[in-house]
Amino acid sequence: MKTDYKKIAVDGLITSNPTFKLVLGTCPTLALTTMAMNGIGMGLAVTFVLIFSNILISLLRKVIPNQVRIPAFVLIIATFVTIVRLLLDYAMPDLYDSLGLYLPLIVVNCIILARAESFASKHNVLASACDGLFTGLGFTVALTLMGAFREILGSGAIFGVKLWDFQIAFFSSSSGAFFTYAIFIAMFSLISGAVIDAKKRKAYGKINELKQENAVVFDNGGNE
Amino acid sequence: MAQFLMIVVSAVFINNFVVVQFLGICPFLGVSKDFKSALGMGLAVTFVMTLTCLITYPIYTYILVPLHVEFMEIIVFIFIIAAIVQMIEMALKKYSPTLYNAMGIYLPLITTNCAVLGVAELVIDEAQMISILGISSMNIGVAVLYGLFAGLGFTLAIVIMSGIREKVNKLPINKHLKGFPIAMICAAFIAMAFYVFALI
Repeated sequence: MKTDYKKIAVDGLITSNPTFKLVLGTCPTLALTTMAMNGIGMGLAVTFVLIFSNILISLLRKVIPNQVRIPAFVLIIATFVTIVRLLLDYAMPDLYDSLGLYLPLIVVNCIILARAESFASKHNVLASACDGLFTGLGFTVALTLMGAFREILGSGAIFGVKLWDFQIAFFSSSSGAFFTYAIFIAMFSLISGAVIDAKKRKAYGKINELKQENAVVFDNGGNE
Repeated sequence: MAQFLMIVVSAVFINNFVVVQFLGICPFLGVSKDFKSALGMGLAVTFVMTLTCLITYPIYTYILVPLHVEFMEIIVFIFIIAAIVQMIEMALKKYSPTLYNAMGIYLPLITTNCAVLGVAELVIDEAQMISILGISSMNIGVAVLYGLFAGLGFTLAIVIMSGIREKVNKLPINKHLKGFPIAMICAAFIAMAFYVFALI
């Protein structure tokens, strides 16, 4: 069986984007998007856990009995989260401090368990690793976009670099987090709806063109 | 007494789990469509959070710290939580079928609720707890009380949310805003209301 890697990539990044389309893993999304840098840090930490947990679960998918699969998945995920936590504490203590409580909470991030259950436990290792990578990147891109939006409006800076003095404190507050997320989901739905409509119209247009061409040929045939 | 009041106000209002600390957002958005299920979910979570604090805090302080294996906390905690939820489910099924029927569907969801693991991780962070609550030192009593009232804060937020959503669902709303976006806009207003408590 051949795996469609292009479809996995497009699914993870756009058509079933974990943040904007499936609305999974909302807690870190709301809490850590006050700054774009935190968004990238959290996104990459989740991506790392997602890739390795997907690989291990895919390798063990025939060994783990069906009844105890959820505890087994959680154990695997918790192990990788512990590894990420120790690595970050050692290599990037600043980022470790700013992610704080939300770093151990990656364990209960629904995205990872959802991919383990719906993808990694049914596909081969390479496909699962790819799925982990692209779903993680979809999450990272979403968090970074929201982080940049809130950082520019809320503190007039991007990636910690000051742009101007103008700032709207609302976007740094907790209610601003909910509001920004709402706007982003609505925009995503609006744009993806428009793209799907345009694609449909293009397809219909082609069908109509073919019909007209055929009609012309038919008409000419009739005149002669 | 003053300390007790401080814990209550801090856990329920100032550092409300849902709208200030963003813990337990999934059930907050997912199970807040009607009042009854919101209340059921809230109380079930409160119960599990209290019990989790009662068990994880001593295990961390008296077993993991003396053995110098603090880094194992995530794995240990998630297993304790999963075990607690499983045991509650079995106990309810055996001794109180009515309660099981009312709460049973929420129980499996609680294991992956970040509010529960969140409270277990928060109460062992002594420096942060002291700065939030303004107490002199942490002990198991404070940990359990904090778990209980943080859970009640979660219940309060999810119940308010369900009340608002029951009304909002009757309004004509743009199809792109329907569902999650409008729920989050409601949550933004609830968060604004809770923001007032932080100014006290």
